[in-house]
Amino acid sequence: MAITPPSNRLWWKEPIHGIELAWIVIAFLWGLFMFFFMIAWHFIGQQNLSNETYKIRPELYVERVEAFATEFQATGDDGAPLEEDGVPVVRPPAGGDAYILARLWEFWPILELKKGESYRLHLSSADWQHGFSLQPTNINISVHPGYEHIINLTPTQSGVFGIVCNEFCGIGHHTMTGRIRVVD
Amino acid sequence: MTTIDTGAVPAPADTASYRICRFSGLRIEANAELLIKVNAVAAVIFLAVGGLMGLLVALTRWPAVQLLPAEWFYLVLTGHGANVLLFWIIFFEIAVLYFASAVILGSRLAAPKVAWLAFILMVVGAVMANYAVLRGDSTVMFTSYPPMQASQWFYLSLIIFAVGALIATFIFFGTLVVAKNEQTYDGSVPLVTFGAITAGIIAVFTLASGAIILIPTWFWSLGLITNIDTLMYKVVWWGMGHSSQQINVSAHVSIWYAIGAMVVGAKPLSEKVSRTAFFMYILFLQLASAHHILAEPGMSSSWKIVNTSYMMYLAVMGSMIHGLTVPGAIEAAQRRNGFTRGAFEWLTKAPWGNPAFAGMFLSLVMFGFIGGISGVVLGTEQLNVLMHNTIYVPGHFHGTVVAGTTLAFMAMTYLVVPLIFQRDIIWPGLAKWQPFVFGIGAGGISLFMMGAGTLGVARRHWDISLTDAAHAYEFPAAAYLMMGLNGIFAIMAATGGVMFILVVVASILAGPRLDVAGAKLRFPLHDRSRESVTEYGSHGTLKLPGTLILVGIFFACFVLYYFVNWKYLSELWQFY
Repeated sequence: MAITPPSNRLWWKEPIHGIELAWIVIAFLWGLFMFFFMIAWHFIGQQNLSNETYKIRPELYVERVEAFATEFQATGDDGAPLEEDGVPVVRPPAGGDAYILARLWEFWPILELKKGESYRLHLSSADWQHGFSLQPTNINISVHPGYEHIINLTPTQSGVFGIVCNEFCGIGHHTMTGRIRVVD
Repeated sequence: MTTIDTGAVPAPADTASYRICRFSGLRIEANAELLIKVNAVAAVIFLAVGGLMGLLVALTRWPAVQLLPAEWFYLVLTGHGANVLLFWIIFFEIAVLYFASAVILGSRLAAPKVAWLAFILMVVGAVMANYAVLRGDSTVMFTSYPPMQASQWFYLSLIIFAVGALIATFIFFGTLVVAKNEQTYDGSVPLVTFGAITAGIIAVFTLASGAIILIPTWFWSLGLITNIDTLMYKVVWWGMGHSSQQINVSAHVSIWYAIGAMVVGAKPLSEKVSRTAFFMYILFLQLASAHHILAEPGMSSSWKIVNTSYMMYLAVMGSMIHGLTVPGAIEAAQRRNGFTRGAFEWLTKAPWGNPAFAGMFLSLVMFGFIGGISGVVLGTEQLNVLMHNTIYVPGHFHGTVVAGTTLAFMAMTYLVVPLIFQRDIIWPGLAKWQPFVFGIGAGGISLFMMGAGTLGVARRHWDISLTDAAHAYEFPAAAYLMMGLNGIFAIMAATGGVMFILVVVASILAGPRLDVAGAKLRFPLHDRSRESVTEYGSHGTLKLPGTLILVGIFFACFVLYYFVNWKYLSELWQFY
């Protein structure tokens, strides 16, 4: 029994039964497949998290995002700067850099992107750790203070998308959201 | 004639007092018995506290109920994690380690006074942690990611607890040495002890990682260090946080084998295969820290792929092997017990009325199907982006730690109470249903949290309606439904938990005494006289059609679910 010493003292010399051996081979091959499929997806897939990261002082990142928002803030038909819920709507140039700042308790500013265009999206935090959870597409990326993560992002759907913070960041955590608008 | 001077070394074996268990034939030493008792009792107390907190969390996350205010919700959630994931599990694991060494090997416990010290440190740490959390200034979640800071008492309490647990682990290793030296067993250690050794080795790694990160973090909370790097913290902290779950896996797999042996007389199909599978855990399970870093900036894809797959899934392979050999050993034993009709008579005629067996088998099935499959999918580099930090993650680990580990530990308790406390189960009717009520409840919360996570609901989040948020966002109605169902199944699991605690506490205090002559167990152990009738497992005579069907279904579900998620991923926005 499993609670008594092995009945055969030379248990390591017992042959392995065919059923067990077959299952070991299947499990091993399936493991290899899953392992190499992750590598393969870097070549065949369109969804791989970027490795491009820089260390940055949080204050400096905040300055950059503010400069970005001022430079590219969208204007309405009347020429006035566009805002939603008191937050600037920013239209980064297609193919260019776009910034999102995570801080207690908002994702700032609101981005307006074009469907099918690629952007270099910068993500970092001004204070604590936050979770960038883009809904309802369900892309979830951690955001750290001091690390600037750059993701080459191409929206494939148009509409209004929510960003929900999914890393606990204190008592206002459940009020922390943001928005990305994607236009055709 | 030469004499060996033994005067310098006292012979403690003479002073140890033993009794022979009338039901199992095991030789049980008094110190080991007492320390198993106190650790098991402490475990159950923290399960009660943490379980209650868990119910409050689930009722708050039920959108129609939203029981607690936000501040209390986050506080209780922090306490829930610490009490059940650390204190309940590790106290019980220490009891399991002492059982698997001293009791199974028929040895005395090494250095019982030091074992008491370990126990006291663990109790002090656990109580202090609850104090720190309830004070309200340590609502940082179980993971306490910097730069969010808890009070110094929070970090200190975890360090004290970890030191206690580490000492207890060394008592376990010491007991193995004592048993070997005093030749209390013959040949190799039994498989269950081997599994416990695996758990012990992983525990040392885990607790060391905890010390490496928590000690500087404690200094930081005292103002002695100015900065803790957030990414480094996560990598090292999860060396404790995730690897400690691998202690659970090793421990509850050992318990599956132990209960199989004690209740139906199961013998490992092949010692070599089962032991190799445990050995895979020692070699590769420690890499699991990466599971929490997959959606992080700053770590390379190569690092993520190698680590998250436990080096090409070799540890997953270990679990898949146990997934065949545990039910296989039970099927073989049941067939030997005479249940040979069809593919499944061995299973339908299994002792389902015995809560130890029912709990063990439900734990095995749910750990594999719910916790295991979701864990591999969640731990795939790219797929993680679909679910990282959503409530899918708690869904996964309630499948492993609650439906798997906790249910297995509860099942084991139904053997520990009669064999170690020498009190029989007081209400067999209640005990009989307990594993089903708790197991189905735990399975339900796992599945519904996973479902809600697939729809994007965040974990550790007070309000999915985002009422006071800067920008409104509406989750789909199905997400609300899932969270409501999660609440209902949490009530069911909590009911099962209350049943467990009632039965165990009442049995220990007032159960029928088993140390009197003629006493009989209400849930009998397997009749050992049948044990050596046939040797099997190594001569090619093995027939396990039922297990093969079960394993086939498992594998089909696994492959299907894996590819469904890749399909889902391929429809996301593009990013690289």
